[in-house]
Amino acid sequence: MKLVETHLKRRTILKGGAAALATLSAPAVLRAAEPAPIKVGILQPVTGALAQDGEYGRLGAELAIEDINKAGGIKSLGGAKLQMVFGDARSNPEAGTQEVERMQEEGVVAIVGGFASPICLAASQAASRYDLPYLVDVGVSDQITGRGLKNTFRFAPGFSICTAAAIQNLVRINEAAGKPAKTVVLVHEDGLFGSGLAKLMATELPKHGFEILEQIAVPTPSRDLSNVTLRLRSLNPDLIIPSTYYGETVLLARTMQQQRVRPKAVYAVLNGAASNRRFVAEFPEAAEGVMDCNHWYDPRNEKSKAVQARVEATGKPYNYNIPLNYSSVALLADALERAGAAERGKVIEALNTSTFKDHLMPYGETKFVNGQNTGAAPVSTQVQKGQIKVVYPGVFADAKPMFPANG
Amino acid sequence: MYSPTILIEAMINGLLTGAIYALIALGLTLVYGVLHIINFAHGAILASAMFAVWGLNVLAGIDPYLSILVVTPIFFGLGYGVQRLVIGPAAKGDDGNILLITLGISIFIENALLAGFGSDTRSISSDFSFSVIEAGPFLISSPRLVGFAGSLVVTALLWFIMSRTDAGKAIRAVAKEKLGASLMGIDVGHVYALTFGLGCAALAVAAGLLMPTFYVNPRVGGAFVNIAFTIVVLGGMGSIPGAMIGGLLIGLVESLSGLLLGESLGQIGIFVIFILVLLLKPTGLFGAKA
Repeated sequence: MKLVETHLKRRTILKGGAAALATLSAPAVLRAAEPAPIKVGILQPVTGALAQDGEYGRLGAELAIEDINKAGGIKSLGGAKLQMVFGDARSNPEAGTQEVERMQEEGVVAIVGGFASPICLAASQAASRYDLPYLVDVGVSDQITGRGLKNTFRFAPGFSICTAAAIQNLVRINEAAGKPAKTVVLVHEDGLFGSGLAKLMATELPKHGFEILEQIAVPTPSRDLSNVTLRLRSLNPDLIIPSTYYGETVLLARTMQQQRVRPKAVYAVLNGAASNRRFVAEFPEAAEGVMDCNHWYDPRNEKSKAVQARVEATGKPYNYNIPLNYSSVALLADALERAGAAERGKVIEALNTSTFKDHLMPYGETKFVNGQNTGAAPVSTQVQKGQIKVVYPGVFADAKPMFPANG
Repeated sequence: MYSPTILIEAMINGLLTGAIYALIALGLTLVYGVLHIINFAHGAILASAMFAVWGLNVLAGIDPYLSILVVTPIFFGLGYGVQRLVIGPAAKGDDGNILLITLGISIFIENALLAGFGSDTRSISSDFSFSVIEAGPFLISSPRLVGFAGSLVVTALLWFIMSRTDAGKAIRAVAKEKLGASLMGIDVGHVYALTFGLGCAALAVAAGLLMPTFYVNPRVGGAFVNIAFTIVVLGGMGSIPGAMIGGLLIGLVESLSGLLLGESLGQIGIFVIFILVLLLKPTGLFGAKA
């Protein structure tokens, strides 16, 4: 720790000295020259299994940096520009940690990103050794902000916030429609994510008057979900809650369509496909009416609409990774602005007192408690006529829920 | 307990899926029978064939079933070439090396697919994908029925090639006694390549039959290869009818145990069979005595 401090101090002194020299010797025009750029680490998996998500995350961060610099950089630091130091987490925690070390060497002031929970967990821990602020973009594991690390912040909602909101939204949507849904079947992938979620649902939903008919675990990858569909057909539940990854969700939705299983609603939570634009584009019929409680941007936010238009002009879908990373970088820029110094300790302090509102997400004011933004919440979306619409909560909704989905 | 309708429908589903498993196992058993080696690249080749079918559909609008006619000869040629130009020379006469080379090829193919297509899951959607045949209380998926029929046809064809043609005789001769065959004037390198090519061609057909209902990503082969391996062991290494009957049996067991024990635990059924066969009849149902 001491090493870092002296290093920093020496650098500050050197910088100050150099600046003084420059001011003395340079002609008037150069005296107004730009201050040194502030290095920001952007960590995303852009190769390996998570490459797709990582690319979207990088795009969001790039757009934010571009916009902040265009608007005059960090004003309290003399208009210093942000400079991206990109690191490829290669879809695994070890590579993420290596990239953190490299970014530390390059002298970044903070790191944003990580995407997957395991990468976020390892990378934020590595960054904590240097008191380097780490902003998690997506990773939902409760553990990320549960370790008491002073440097780690998550702008997006974590797992327990998401599931609590998912249950609350479902209960309210159902009540508003006159409680048409009573019986539930949970279809979940048999790993940590799906089983954990199913267990939680199975204890919470009965408290709200739902009856859990069965919990069906499916392996990832699944070759065939005909039997699951058969069981669904014989159980005939009002509501199906799938917590599976992309491939299995698509397979299930397709098999259900083929086998004519039409529950009153399909309500997914943090699902890999239900609010994915590709799923909707490729299987409009199977996707129609499917609901999901997940990260999503604020569809009414003008700034978000502008970013969306820019992204879509390049032919890319506006997936949630983009606004989440855009907002996280903007949040960091706001903290830098208020800190008035590109110093890690001051940035952490500024993040802790943040009330940042100028983001693209359907969240209120940012307020960090133990590193978790308590102003964050997921929204419930539904595929309606080939479009993904926010249907709950009403403040952010751009459509009314179709519940039951099949009339 | 489940009603008989559901049990019967699950059995039908199992048989239909099992036929596709069998088709994938065919290539594996053929290569094993002749080269006496497990082809580790089997899953990767299946994935690339599925990508080929998907690509033809997306780029040229060719129906997945029609694309079988295009993809199968290409994959036969590729398989032949790979064995002739890569595996054969690199093995340096030692069959044991083939194991490592095919492992290397599988790593190469998977990463090439990852680089080319990304890790995205892709699928083909057509109206036929969702069509069903109503038989009394049962809804039977039409594309699966086509897959079942296609698989039977390919098996019959392969069996015919192996038992009635000169090429088949040569393959069987090499499988039995490599040195003897080469002394009789059979070009062993050519027969090896032919076998590998046939194995790849079977995978190409399987890819065309799978794509209307399944998805593809660079790691999709893994989902099928473990099961294909079990089928090869069950049916008897190198036996074509063994692969077909083994495939149907495994499909049936998987479907029923999946229904009764749950999808995750249901996989147990397959591996219990695997272990029992190894314990009680290591040569498999139709395997020749070692």
